[in-house]
Amino acid sequence: MDDLLREFLTETNEHLDIVDVELVRFEQDPNNETILRNIFRLVHTIKGTCGFLGLPRLEALAHAAETLMGKFRDGMPVTTEAVSLILSTLDRIKEILAELERNGVEPEGVDGDLINDLERMAAQNATIDLASDQKVETIGTLAYQVLERDLLPGEVSLDELERAFREAPGPDTQTPKQHVETINDAPRKPAGSVETVDASDASASKIQTIRVNVDTLEHLMTMVSELVLTRNQLLEISRRHDDAGYKVPLQRLSHVTAELQEGVMRTRMQPIGNAWQKLPRVVRDLSAELSKKIELVMHGADTELDRQVLEVIKDPLTHMVRNSADHGIETPLERQAVGKSERGTIRLNAYHEGGTITIEIADDGRGLNFAAIRRKAVERGIASEMEVERMSEAQVAKFIFHPGFSTAKEVTSVSGRGVGMDVVKTNIELIGGTVDIRSEQGRGTTFTIKIPLTLAIVAALIVSSKDQRFAIPQVAVMELVRVTPGSEHVIERINGTPVLRLRERLLPIIPLSKVLGLENTEILDEGFVVVTQVGRQRFGILVDGVFHTEEIVVKPMSSKLRHIQLFSGNTILGDGAVVLIIDPNGLARMVGSGSEDGRFQNDDGLEKASAGSQETTTLLVFRGGGESLKAVPLSLVTRLEEIDADTIEWLGGRPLVQYRGRLMPLVASDETMEIRRDGQQALVVFSDGDTSMGLAVEEIVDIVEGKLDIELIAERSDLIGSAVVRGRATEIVNIAHYLPLVHETWARSTASRSDAAATVLLVDDSAFFRDMLTPVLKASGYKVHGAARVEEAIQILGSGAHVDVLITAIDLADRSGFELVEALRGSTRFASLPVIALAVRHDAQQIAQAHRLNVTELVAKFDRDGLLSALSELQGSLEKAA
Amino acid sequence: MANAKMNGPQAPKVADEQIEYVTVNVHGQTLGLSIDRVHDVFVVSEMTTVPLASPEIVGLLNLRGRVVTAVSLRRRLGLPDLVEEGRRMAIGLEHRGESYGLLVDGVGEVLKLHAADLQPNPVHLNAGWASLSRGVHQLQDRLLIILDVDAVLAFETQKQAA
Repeated sequence: MDDLLREFLTETNEHLDIVDVELVRFEQDPNNETILRNIFRLVHTIKGTCGFLGLPRLEALAHAAETLMGKFRDGMPVTTEAVSLILSTLDRIKEILAELERNGVEPEGVDGDLINDLERMAAQNATIDLASDQKVETIGTLAYQVLERDLLPGEVSLDELERAFREAPGPDTQTPKQHVETINDAPRKPAGSVETVDASDASASKIQTIRVNVDTLEHLMTMVSELVLTRNQLLEISRRHDDAGYKVPLQRLSHVTAELQEGVMRTRMQPIGNAWQKLPRVVRDLSAELSKKIELVMHGADTELDRQVLEVIKDPLTHMVRNSADHGIETPLERQAVGKSERGTIRLNAYHEGGTITIEIADDGRGLNFAAIRRKAVERGIASEMEVERMSEAQVAKFIFHPGFSTAKEVTSVSGRGVGMDVVKTNIELIGGTVDIRSEQGRGTTFTIKIPLTLAIVAALIVSSKDQRFAIPQVAVMELVRVTPGSEHVIERINGTPVLRLRERLLPIIPLSKVLGLENTEILDEGFVVVTQVGRQRFGILVDGVFHTEEIVVKPMSSKLRHIQLFSGNTILGDGAVVLIIDPNGLARMVGSGSEDGRFQNDDGLEKASAGSQETTTLLVFRGGGESLKAVPLSLVTRLEEIDADTIEWLGGRPLVQYRGRLMPLVASDETMEIRRDGQQALVVFSDGDTSMGLAVEEIVDIVEGKLDIELIAERSDLIGSAVVRGRATEIVNIAHYLPLVHETWARSTASRSDAAATVLLVDDSAFFRDMLTPVLKASGYKVHGAARVEEAIQILGSGAHVDVLITAIDLADRSGFELVEALRGSTRFASLPVIALAVRHDAQQIAQAHRLNVTELVAKFDRDGLLSALSELQGSLEKAA
Repeated sequence: MANAKMNGPQAPKVADEQIEYVTVNVHGQTLGLSIDRVHDVFVVSEMTTVPLASPEIVGLLNLRGRVVTAVSLRRRLGLPDLVEEGRRMAIGLEHRGESYGLLVDGVGEVLKLHAADLQPNPVHLNAGWASLSRGVHQLQDRLLIILDVDAVLAFETQKQAA
């Protein structure tokens, strides 16, 4: 293919893209002669060039299209059919061009169909009188668009055009294309855009642009990166050798390099409008296809970002706009019915914000159907019914990013296949970006995408581990904590698994040297913890030293090393050393391998675990007496302690220890186990408010995460049941069993709810008790709702949640459980709701009151079996009734 | 030699084609790499080890602002690492658009040899070696094994192997 043809192809394709956009605009604004003139000119250019290059098919098509557009100019009404026809002609032209690009010759074929249609449409309206004759009165200045380069052979006819447009009005300030605007508005901008059209004011400020091969720019970028590195090296040397002679020129070199770097970076910047170019056409076609009226509004098209980034987000953006058009915007009828204007709007907005660029895609449509998403999430088994009910709308909205998730009732050609949103998210996250959704029923949905400006240079924290340096991208770093034994922040261990107490939370600690396999010896507890957040997981990376933050040029990993998830790339530091860049995502995945969600507790994991969800639960595994392993949900555990057995005091045969200024009773985790009289005694501390209890265990084994699938054991009250944890049968300890052993008064509130075979509402103001009872109830096949307070319980019941049985503690923090029951008995709906009350002590007065309120059962608070049998009896009677 | 006769007088050029080899020493063995594959020869200074990488990869090094993956020829050939770590030499190679440095014990002279003199690997050559060798040249005082550069760099990473 010769250069001329190649040049023609590049340029024509660009022109066609512009014509696409302009035509759509023109259709909406048929009186805008600037647009028409621009379209006309471009098509004419294409036609002329084709003629010159001997491309008869293209020429014929372009000619026919031009003729029809000529009619528009003469005042023929602009109809949708006519525009559609021209658009499909353009599509045909593109097909031929593609073929031409592949084979170097125009493909065989006839376009009689399109040409006939075009001609017929042009002829149809030939008779229409030019009603718009008056328009011709405008003065014909000749300042239309001029190409700032040597004219291509086909463009000789510009003179002709001139004549054609002499009657047209002079250029107004409105420019025909958004990304051309950027050039005019901001002359400082680099030659990022290859367009050479100068819209207005052709004679005055001409922007000189040339076409540059992207490879050339990439190479330039690489060279500049090298220069930056060399400069950094020189600076490093001059820091060590104090030679004033070098200082000044080095300073100068440093400045020039910085400017050069910035300049070259800019050449890679392109206005985001480039990625939006196809959208008007997409939206137009969709509105036609879906019979909706949709307006596309674009703001900030001149916002620039790295072309690499642009490439990555192009398709996701298109997909999201399609989604908005298809799912978001309602049909005109639906819109009218809810009092909205017939025409829906999709709004694109892009702007800079710090080192990131924010892109919003907003529609004023129906908003996400949260109910449908919840249902679908349950159907697909992504979450349980109870979980989705508890989730906030924002959390529910996130489900649409799950692979294969679509709530569209039927699959249209546009969407509903459920592919896409997960890809969108993946693509955006790949370049370090994030997506957020806000949606309001009936008001519309807004997607907010935040992406870094460039991928090539990032700020990174340089750390060291065992004398080797690594870079951690600054975006992932939340904070740095210095840890030293004896200070405020101390690394603690649970059977060798390090954790750090950070603001009342246990932060899992990953010693970098360990993941890297840099050492087999014991890990020191001294150094820095880089607190990192990946998605909703938070964890700390333990490193030996932290140096400084440096702008690093990211270089890709060698293909031989790409399989190591831990590294996302490498870079050369100022001193010339090659340093590996740690990928926090990879680190999280590596450590969490084995469980899909990673093994770290989510930041909101504590709350979640307390709801006894069927998701993975973090368990503390320990050994009591005997062989078998025991476990308890970690969320129940307040602290792990190791105490000197000497400090244990025995009062009346019961072991106590002074703990945080109070006496804390101890209880052995197993009858066969004896609390030690000497040496160290490991304790698992549980507390609720001011009350604490220490469970003496033989040894703490591990913290593991797993799905808690409990098999009930009926005959032992100290166990909830057994479960397979990490491939080993493990007894899940029933903390409830121990509590009465040490505290009569431990029970200020407990509530439980369940709802599977039957749904239970569990009311207790102690999260601890709800945690404890929820797994028990779940294991028995109940669905459980939880509430801490009477108000909350009433709210849940009032919200229409289905509840078969109410389990409430009598002693609640705010009001008595009886008050709740009394309130319910007053309403018709809940007058006969079965109620199980949990009492701490036996009290004739309470029993009497329970009877009065028609409480089905009064069970002692710690009587797990009593509660379960009461429930199963109830269920039996419920089924009978049903 | 025999080859030239077989091809007849009209094809002496092909048969007599001379190929230049950069010779390297590893574990007392001389090996040759086709000179058009060799970009440069350099002394290895600082190297960054890559934790978790396959054993063949010794680390990453900065060669005039480029990051180069250093591969140990010894390890590729199943030889033990050099005990005393003196001045380490590396051959700069390109493979599938990426830069590699092949660590060797020492670099020798450049030899110009007739392609026709290349003899196939002895049949009982260790399979690991045979897969990396294109053949053997008989020099006066020693044997020169011609390395297949692509094969040397085509080892599998752990994940691929697994």
